[in-house]
Amino acid sequence: MTDSLRLWIRYMALSVRAQMQYRASFFLAALGQFLGTATEFAGIWALFSRFGELRDWTLWEVALFYGVVNVAFALADALSTGFDRFGDTVKRGHFDRLLVRPRSTVLQLAGQELAFRRVGRLLQGALVLGVASASLELDWTAARAALLAAAILGGACVFFGLFVVHATIAFWTIESLELMNTLTYGGVQTAQYPLSIYAAPFRRFFTFAVPLACVAYFPVVAILERDDPLGSPFWLQCIAPLAGVVFLAASLQFWRFGERHYTSTGS
Amino acid sequence: MSQIVVEDLVKTYRVAERRPGLGGAIRGLVRREHRTVRALDGVDFRIEPGELVGYVGPNGAGKSTTIKILSGILVPDSGRCEVLGHVPWRDRVRYVSGIGVVFGQRTQLWWDLPVIESFDLLSAIYRVEPERYRRSRDELVSRLALEPLLDIPVRQLSLGQRMRCDLAASLLHEPPLLFLDEPSIGLDAVSKLAVRDFIRELNETRGVTVILTTHDMDDIEALCRRVIVIGRGTILTDGTLDDLRARTRGERRLILDLVEDEPVSDRDAEVVSRSGTRVELRFDPARVTATELISRLTARHAVRDLFVENPPIEEVIARLYADEDREA
Repeated sequence: MTDSLRLWIRYMALSVRAQMQYRASFFLAALGQFLGTATEFAGIWALFSRFGELRDWTLWEVALFYGVVNVAFALADALSTGFDRFGDTVKRGHFDRLLVRPRSTVLQLAGQELAFRRVGRLLQGALVLGVASASLELDWTAARAALLAAAILGGACVFFGLFVVHATIAFWTIESLELMNTLTYGGVQTAQYPLSIYAAPFRRFFTFAVPLACVAYFPVVAILERDDPLGSPFWLQCIAPLAGVVFLAASLQFWRFGERHYTSTGS
Repeated sequence: MSQIVVEDLVKTYRVAERRPGLGGAIRGLVRREHRTVRALDGVDFRIEPGELVGYVGPNGAGKSTTIKILSGILVPDSGRCEVLGHVPWRDRVRYVSGIGVVFGQRTQLWWDLPVIESFDLLSAIYRVEPERYRRSRDELVSRLALEPLLDIPVRQLSLGQRMRCDLAASLLHEPPLLFLDEPSIGLDAVSKLAVRDFIRELNETRGVTVILTTHDMDDIEALCRRVIVIGRGTILTDGTLDDLRARTRGERRLILDLVEDEPVSDRDAEVVSRSGTRVELRFDPARVTATELISRLTARHAVRDLFVENPPIEEVIARLYADEDREA
């Protein structure tokens, strides 16, 4: 395990060095992403300045959801390039190369690239988090900080899991699946607003199937220490981020299943 | 004990049938018709430690399916396969740390990194201890003359340079068994010879078992004592190069350099090709001996020079496929 971790860190260091060969391109991509996501938030801002509140959620409360989800997504996105490009990897036969190396394919794909340019979204999300926290005058006790970290890590697990599921489907079909993009990018869009504004079937889907609510909505409600309009108890809000880990574990199980399918069909 | 045991290996693929036209494409979206293709249909062979074996066959004959099963990438439908005491696809991670694989058309090096960084990373992937790694790396670098290439990013290497680096990369962990899938494809003549020399030396001095698949019959003739020919999923022949030649009903070639450009014919020989005053004849030594044919021809024509040869191995193998086709 520690050996795998050490190897992964090595992969990451090399990937950063490779990207630094194209320094200008890296800075431009990061800046572009920062600005792109910033306009997204500007849109939310415009909406609130026109309409005031959203079902009794203020702008800066919503900004907290926004920050958590975007930071989590940026982390997952930066670490999952290998899965993101997996369709291409399979199509060109490069997956065979990974199979003849004495390491798990998940580790090798996770090590493919640390997409440093994603730092743009990460910074933007973190900035929104900071401003929101200052405006709400949140007191960062150790417990609150831990819950925030759990929410972000749990969120990164869910998004990473979605990328893994997306990649796994490439074992069966080479068509790129727009449906999966609806889940990942649509998931970001959905989870940056409080869950309580959505209809019940939608809420259920994002709680039990793709548990984005468990890593964004519930822990942030706990951080805000406000009553949940959906009536969830405080203790549940605190342990909800664990659902992200469970989701990731299930995705990896699905990956293993896909890999077995690949080795038995060779396509 | 054999290093590789393959018994009655069978592998089938399901291939989606595509129907023609727009209507067919739409119907294909809903329900796909599948056809089963037998890629391997009962393949048997054994390979002993230290052998250098050529594994040849036309495209689609089952060559790469065999290599994929042997290297743990594919699971066969049935049959037995044991390599280095492992079943390759079971316990993949432990098994593959004992083999080296070179895919000629796809590099295993990191495109944007200097060669040496790829080597370092591979040594970590294969868990090679630093001391052992330094020794094996330095040896490979000197034998393949890689010193001037080490700091160059892989994307800037020529194909030949890259292949030499790929060979080194697949051997850093000192595997006793090496699979080479089309290592000479696209290489210039000089690189081809360098790669060939290296493979021969690796086999002779380090005793590494090498399984070589190739389209290049010169590779086979230069390197392999033993050749396995596969066609339509079954082994057509398995033996020495000489055995393989003997299989083609003892055909031989007589090449004549004539003094004058004139037509040549004989009842026991057939002209295969001619360019200017050089004529190549095919004959069956069971019907006519070489000396008999030569004395007959030299009596009728003025001959400046002549020699007798075996047919090129490409033709021998092409003949085998043709026989197979006739039987099918």
